[in-house]
Amino acid sequence: MKKFLMMSALLAATCAVPAQPKSSADAIAEYRAMLADGNPAELFEAKGEELWKTKRGPKNASLQQCDLGKGAGVVKGAFVELPRWFADTAQVQDLESRLLTCMERLQGFNAAEIAKTPFGKGEQINLEGLTAWISAESRGMKFKLSQAHAEERKNFELGKRAFFYRGGPYDFSCASCHSQPDKRIRLQDLPELTKNPGNGIGFAAWPAYRVSSGEMWSMQRRLNDCYRQQRFPYPGYASPVTIALGVYMGVNATGAESIAPALKR
Amino acid sequence: MNKKRISLAAAVLLVAACAAVPPAPDYDALTAQMMSGSFRDEGIAKVDRLQQDAANQACSKAQMANLPDVLAASIQQQALSTVRMPADGVFIGDWREGEKLAQNGRGMTWTDKSAATSANGGNCYNCHQISKAEVSFGTIGPSLYNYGKMRGISDPASAAARPIVEYTWTKLWNAKAYNACSGMPRFGHAGLLDETQLKHLMALILDPKSPVNQ
Amino acid sequence: MADPMRIRAQAAGDKATVRVLMAHEMETGQRKDAAGKTIPAWFIQQVSAQLNGKMVMTAQWGPSVAKNPFLQFNIKGAKAGDKVGITWVDNRGDKRSDEATVT
Repeated sequence: MKKFLMMSALLAATCAVPAQPKSSADAIAEYRAMLADGNPAELFEAKGEELWKTKRGPKNASLQQCDLGKGAGVVKGAFVELPRWFADTAQVQDLESRLLTCMERLQGFNAAEIAKTPFGKGEQINLEGLTAWISAESRGMKFKLSQAHAEERKNFELGKRAFFYRGGPYDFSCASCHSQPDKRIRLQDLPELTKNPGNGIGFAAWPAYRVSSGEMWSMQRRLNDCYRQQRFPYPGYASPVTIALGVYMGVNATGAESIAPALKR
Repeated sequence: MNKKRISLAAAVLLVAACAAVPPAPDYDALTAQMMSGSFRDEGIAKVDRLQQDAANQACSKAQMANLPDVLAASIQQQALSTVRMPADGVFIGDWREGEKLAQNGRGMTWTDKSAATSANGGNCYNCHQISKAEVSFGTIGPSLYNYGKMRGISDPASAAARPIVEYTWTKLWNAKAYNACSGMPRFGHAGLLDETQLKHLMALILDPKSPVNQ
Repeated sequence: MADPMRIRAQAAGDKATVRVLMAHEMETGQRKDAAGKTIPAWFIQQVSAQLNGKMVMTAQWGPSVAKNPFLQFNIKGAKAGDKVGITWVDNRGDKRSDEATVT
């Protein structure tokens, strides 16, 4: 009997079954608190760490010499400084873009092919683990993107203009949903991204494990689905607009603590 | 005498320094380039969706600040001129169908199979409170609860109700008619919903029998 | 062979709290794919926990348990240095066992 009771309690904790709410906001907060422990993102972190150290690809090499901006192989603290300028590619790059560079140069993969691969397939699955682990290595650290290089500053300006760019059949821009405080779509709170929305919010909360779909989403995937719901055409993986938006949001988030990889509904 | 020489030299240096500073990049042009180069077609979502009409161009540039009055007025007037009132003069449909449409957030994304109005929902609850019973509502737009009741609409077909009825229809058809940079999609003008669907939404918020007006 | 579980076990007073994250699709058997075909059920049916080799808990799960399930329970009398083993078996007969030391 005791076992049965314990099992039911555990089942209730693991199932996505909401308790009877005092208010719907309370119920959702309760549900999220229940989920906070045991973030399945940890499973992806473990995979990512392994992938970083494993010899793979046509060149049979690991990613341990990859320079994420703080020197070859330096992972701690790298996430909260991205996107940034890289001299070797003469580009401003975010984490996913930089991983493509390293996977190509160090391991011999075809970056363009990986960029064309749909989310959740092929090497894109490995990128889920890698971005989860690399972001985890900066957990709790504060965002401090550089604006020292002219290209970094240019990306901020372009990212800002992209943020306010209205288009598509709904005339939506990022700003349609993310330029005011305390707004929500249905019951989903919306971070205000034109300024620092606070620790662990917005830019500081991705990559994240999405319980609703059981998927690990990187920032590239989050932006992709944003554009889908804005009724825009399809943004290329690691395309210039995605990098520019990352710079705009990341610079705005200066000083905010990263909680990535986080847990989302 | 020396002071004059020094200040002259300083002035020359200043001018030389200013002349050497490159002009700020044309960020607007670079943005246009970036947008057109970063997207591709997918399903029903084609890259021509990036094209902006005058309203979207102006509102994008304003970055959520108010437009100058003259510009706003001209955009609003142009939007007003696009509005088509219902051909049969009937504005009110079935509020039950309206509620279904308001709940439906589908349509026009690249995962939607068709761009036909029959495939589209109104997406209304995403941004608005509407009926009291639905607690899962957004707050991007104002609450529409008791919309008709608050405006004293007892008979939407009456002459007294006409101004509000036409205002509401216009708002649904092309919200920019009253607010140049409105955040609301232009459901009629952009071909998102057809006349019949819009009439159902009209009923949802104007029909005195609708739960919205209880 | 399935992905490893993440097991953490912490002793506090006269018991240890064990937290386990399991990597599993937990497919209910109710979903349909894009072509309309039902995705076959694939879920953990049995979970068991051992303390230093001795069985202390068994559980029978069904398809309502979420993907990548999280399990938390206490073991009375467990102390730092003890070995906690977790094993799951799914409806296909696949199984996975992992072990952790109580800290």
